[in-house]
Amino acid sequence: MPDLAGFGPQLLAGAAVTLELAFSALALGLVLGLLGAAAKLSAAAWIRVPVTLVLNLLRGVPEFLILLIVYFGAAQWLGDDLAPGPFGAGVFALGIVFGAYSSETFRGGFLAVSAGQLEAARAFGMGYRQTFFLIRLPQAWRFALPGIGNLWQGLVKDTSLVSVVGLEETIRKANIAAEVTKHPFPFYLAAMAIYLAIVSVSNPVFAWMERRASRGVPR
Amino acid sequence: MSALSDLWDLVVDNQQAFLRGVGLTLELLLLSAAIAFLLAVPLALMRLSRRGGPRRFAYIYIYLFRGTPLLTQLFLIYYGLAQFEAVRHSLLWPILRDPWPCALIALSLNMSAYVAEVLRGGILGVPASEREAGLAAGLSPFQLYRLIILPRAFRIALPALGNEMVVQMKSTALVSTITLLDLTGVSRRIVSRTYSTDALFVAGIIYVVMTYAISRGFRLAEGRLNRHLAR
Repeated sequence: MPDLAGFGPQLLAGAAVTLELAFSALALGLVLGLLGAAAKLSAAAWIRVPVTLVLNLLRGVPEFLILLIVYFGAAQWLGDDLAPGPFGAGVFALGIVFGAYSSETFRGGFLAVSAGQLEAARAFGMGYRQTFFLIRLPQAWRFALPGIGNLWQGLVKDTSLVSVVGLEETIRKANIAAEVTKHPFPFYLAAMAIYLAIVSVSNPVFAWMERRASRGVPR
Repeated sequence: MSALSDLWDLVVDNQQAFLRGVGLTLELLLLSAAIAFLLAVPLALMRLSRRGGPRRFAYIYIYLFRGTPLLTQLFLIYYGLAQFEAVRHSLLWPILRDPWPCALIALSLNMSAYVAEVLRGGILGVPASEREAGLAAGLSPFQLYRLIILPRAFRIALPALGNEMVVQMKSTALVSTITLLDLTGVSRRIVSRTYSTDALFVAGIIYVVMTYAISRGFRLAEGRLNRHLAR
């Protein structure tokens, strides 16, 4: 264990903020991703075309720049009283990025559900809503999960960007400790270990979720 | 309309700065991608090696670089290494003192881990029959890789490499955190002078155009490199 000069608890507090930010952005991103997928698959061109265009544009811009636009843009247009702080801006920016990417993953998932199953659901007398919640969504989720797992890893790492606008998460805490002690190396190493730990714990969780989502699928 | 003409005025007023920013972004992108590719070929081969030592080394390297944020890697190399007396007195210090080489090192090492995984997939995707044909033709293992497997793996991996290129271009935006004036750095500087986020939008539009050019370029290359394959 490197000498963290008493900054260990601070780094762990930063890790908690990192997790809070990642989960909040995940929740927003999943909702936006599902809505985006629905829009991309919509029969109505006036929904499908503009949404597809905007989501494609978002994927061509650095996540860091999107965060800066959200953070400084909100301060400029909403004024200091209404503008979200670094945490809110981080959730929003990372959430729309996650949504832009996951909309493509979900779209692929929905398209992978075979037409025969939807016909079978109709033959069973299921209505649109029942078919959606009992057949389409759970299966699209199963197909989308590996992609969502990759996006989650990217999201966890992207939370580090929010340190630049002043959120006191893992990296910002490491920056502070580095400045105070003049020994940056061990703190950045410890910060890396925190991200590595989060990613390493996520892997088996996603493996378990994939197994769970695929239960009942014949091999 | 006035919003658009405002943006245009901003571009005209700062065209030198934006041009230099785009220049640095492209320079870091192309150099780091080239170095990353050179590192990734041996890494991918080590990752697939039958010998435990090289395989484990490549696995750990890839795991560490893909499992931690690029920002931490950048900070560790630029701010972290300077802490050590030994580094400050070494021959490498003139290099590690400057942000530009540090950015290039971090970007290259980071990308090499991702490209190695992509190439590994490409190598595994080479049909066994082509490998066998090479062996039957009496090629040595080295010739087999140089003439058959690696060129074929490269073609298979090309679409994924194009994605990595786009990802890498977006990653270069982080170098502005270690004081470099790439496209993002330049626009951040203009923002702090003009008290308006317009410069960030201009940067965003330029990034979108570059993303489009990269994906388009890779799609053209794909068609050209695979033109001998029957469709």
